[in-house]
Amino acid sequence: YFQISLQCAVNGVPCRGKVLTVDNMNPNVKRVEYAVRGPIVQRAVQIEKELREGVKKPFTEVIKANIGDAHAMGQKPITFLRQVLALCSYPELLEDNKFPEDAKKRAQRILGACGGHSIGAYSASQGIECVRQDVARYIEKRDGGIPSNPDNIYLSTGASDAIVTMLKLLVCGEGRDRTGVMISIPQYPLYSAALADLGAVQISYYLDEEKCWSLDVAELRRALNAARQHCNPRVLCIINPGNPTGQVQSRQCIEDVIRFAKEEHLFLMADEVYQDNVYAEGCKFHSFKKVLFEMGPEYSSTVEMASFHSTSKCYMGECGFRGGYMEVINMDPEVKTQLTKLVSVRLCPPVPGQALLDLVVNPPQPDEPSYITFMKERTAVLSALAEKARLTEQTFNAVPGITCNPVQGAMYTFPRITLPEKAIDKAKEEGKVPDMYYCMRLLEEEGICLVPGSGFGQREGTFHFRMTILPPTEKLKVVLQKIRDFHVRFTQEFS
Amino acid sequence: MSVLQEISQNVRSIKQLEYAVLARRANQIQKELSQGVRKPYKELIDVCWGDPHSMDVKPLTFVRQVLAACVYPELMSSHKLPLDVRQRAQWLLGRCDGGSVGSYLAPTGIPEIVQRMSESIRSRDGGVPCNPDNIFISPGSQWSLTNIIQVLVNNEAPLRTGILTPVPCHVTTIMSIKSLGAAVIPYFLSEEHGWALQVEELQRALESAKGGCNPVALYVINPGNPAGYVQSRKSIQEVIQFASEKRLFLLADEVYQDCVYGKNSEFVSYKRVLAEMGPPFSDTVELASFHSVSKGFMGECGLRGGYVELVNLDPNVVKYIFNLICKDSTTPVLAHFAMDLMMNPPRPGDPSYPLYNQQTQDIKNMLVQNVKTAHEVVNSLPGFSCQPVEGGAFVFPRVFLPPRAIQKAKEEGMQPDTFYCMRLLEEMGVLVSPGCEYGQKEGTYHIRFCIMASQDIIDQVLKRLTTFHTKFMKDFS
Repeated sequence: YFQISLQCAVNGVPCRGKVLTVDNMNPNVKRVEYAVRGPIVQRAVQIEKELREGVKKPFTEVIKANIGDAHAMGQKPITFLRQVLALCSYPELLEDNKFPEDAKKRAQRILGACGGHSIGAYSASQGIECVRQDVARYIEKRDGGIPSNPDNIYLSTGASDAIVTMLKLLVCGEGRDRTGVMISIPQYPLYSAALADLGAVQISYYLDEEKCWSLDVAELRRALNAARQHCNPRVLCIINPGNPTGQVQSRQCIEDVIRFAKEEHLFLMADEVYQDNVYAEGCKFHSFKKVLFEMGPEYSSTVEMASFHSTSKCYMGECGFRGGYMEVINMDPEVKTQLTKLVSVRLCPPVPGQALLDLVVNPPQPDEPSYITFMKERTAVLSALAEKARLTEQTFNAVPGITCNPVQGAMYTFPRITLPEKAIDKAKEEGKVPDMYYCMRLLEEEGICLVPGSGFGQREGTFHFRMTILPPTEKLKVVLQKIRDFHVRFTQEFS
Repeated sequence: MSVLQEISQNVRSIKQLEYAVLARRANQIQKELSQGVRKPYKELIDVCWGDPHSMDVKPLTFVRQVLAACVYPELMSSHKLPLDVRQRAQWLLGRCDGGSVGSYLAPTGIPEIVQRMSESIRSRDGGVPCNPDNIFISPGSQWSLTNIIQVLVNNEAPLRTGILTPVPCHVTTIMSIKSLGAAVIPYFLSEEHGWALQVEELQRALESAKGGCNPVALYVINPGNPAGYVQSRKSIQEVIQFASEKRLFLLADEVYQDCVYGKNSEFVSYKRVLAEMGPPFSDTVELASFHSVSKGFMGECGLRGGYVELVNLDPNVVKYIFNLICKDSTTPVLAHFAMDLMMNPPRPGDPSYPLYNQQTQDIKNMLVQNVKTAHEVVNSLPGFSCQPVEGGAFVFPRVFLPPRAIQKAKEEGMQPDTFYCMRLLEEMGVLVSPGCEYGQKEGTYHIRFCIMASQDIIDQVLKRLTTFHTKFMKDFS
């Protein structure tokens, strides 16, 4: 800017540098990266465009196995959910006898709770009251009767919105007192992006790849103690079932984490959006809240926690509706007032998403007309995912140079790849991180879009990629085979 | 001790709404009414918010038919839905990954829809080019505004970032600014001149900020909220010149652009005026303009859809904005579709056009009538003075509270206009919001209520307000 203004002064021309520049803009925003939609996806979109324009490639379509978007990969929506939402959108359809009675009943109940009986009216910022009540009931049922207060439920624009809101609330302090937030490595990049955005200190704790990506409290302690030197650690984020790793934590592990959080005075954020996506034998989803309460009042009345859920995953896969909620537990009432104030800045979460959430927590019951079809569809989705999880693990583990932990839950596989030295050197030459180089080559040669492990974090010197298990089984088989063939070729090329 | 005793100072600094205390009492009254407690009224009327559907304004049939067909495509096989509805739904679904509204939206939206949006904006602005790459969709105009302000706020700079904002101004923007740790630099609109924006006042506000904070942006609302002015071309030019001279980033909140009632008023966008001013302004002044699906004829507040269009920004900055938005991929698909429906409505000749036209005309006539009635009735009451409502969704009359009323309010620990609103709620079951919520000149008091409601509701509100006001002024004279 100085150079330009000098030149302008010399020329006698008024200087017109930009008001908002890279130098004076919010420095935190510059640190935000989001690998899931990063450069590799941008290249994938470009390639799709080229294909549409008739450019010849070794493949006819780009398979986007980078993002956990079930419907984009051909998963069908659940009929009941869409019927109710259609009735809510255009209530004249309530006269149409093609819609089952249970769908109509639920639509009428939801509309009755909306201003002017319209999903186009604002709702309360915390979310429609009867939906929050239904969510509380769902949580109680799920957790074996442990009470849930609707006032502690905050509906949100997807779980991500609630996660960011909590972080906005918690991040404070300057310098050495700046809030530190513990997140797993590997992690879902929303967390690191949000922390960068807020200027919070990221405290990384490593999951143990040798032990199926499990969480070890000793590692938590190591990370925490190191962090205490330069920040004020206050938050511990857990994703269970895990993303990208797919591990489902054991009950013992969850207890250990809760104990650790209590000892170290940390706020627990439990991201449980994949709670219905559990596949492996011997694995079970245990909600953090349930375990907390079963540990007795010493813990259940003191540990402060927020747990998150959404309509984007599980069997629904309704990412586009942006439905979600968080439940806050043991939150200081004054802090809760501040939280309530903060969510009002967003006005309210999307009402169709709130309606959808209501259906998810209040699905057809055995005595209702839609029950049979609903259960059939739900089971089909979940069992297909379980099958694909197994197939993926099997296929990758049979490839020399790829090792894959069991996909116990969620929607992804995060296999480790061995890259030849020469490939690593080539990557460096091209100014790319090695697994990014690998994934870019795979994209260009096979039209398969994955996300390199570097986008999620990994131990120094190791390389991974994240692939979703969402493509339909037949297509997934093809994808797995292509990746296998590519890996063999790639290894040979750089041997 | 709670882990959370310390929370973000920025969050703490957001003021608690006056509305909160009124809403609490309103909820109580609602409960009492449903328990059969006798009151001078049978039901509460809440006209605080710009929420047309909750005030009996009906959704547009075409919009809802398309959305329903998108949500449940089986509907398209029946011929009950008009052809253009089915075609539009098919086109929209065809643009979604997997042909489902349940898939994620690309953060910058569906290219074909954004392309159409840009064409519609170009048409609105008399041919001024619109680049779809500069349009960023979001779950609402306030969401977009928060993102842009976030980019502007530099908490590592020696002085706090400041943003010039009008007085009065609707609350959400003030909350957003505070939540990001920036300072509000108030500039007063001139009530006597129909709430006009005066450059001398902008100058004064800017001066007042010297040394206290670093002013980087000027936020304008046109048409206004809560004040119902619509800026003239000349006024917009003056503001643009000021922004250019003082090197301020322009934030133009234009969500009420389809709500213009004054016979001599016309909405013209900041972007259009900027372009028509020619160089140097047209290629240097940095502008962000905001719109949403919440207002206008659609009134689809609950869908949560909006966008920002960026003009003349440094391309390197835009790259970072893109990154920021990527992590925030949260626009609901239905809201994005609603943007297409809003900006590309049925045309003459389309099967849905007659009904669509009828419905929008009815809403327009109703709004014009409401504004006329409200303005007349309020101005006829002694102790009230109401500027012309040329546009927007609200009436913001000044109420001249008697000293005894002000005294009573102080005794009850309330702002005088909040006290007035509380009394109105108790005695007449009408919920309006106090001027102190939005900012006003010291010693003046106002109320705000929404006129995007059915004529019946507005008539009821005015009737009850008249009865109440007459008694109130008498009681406290």
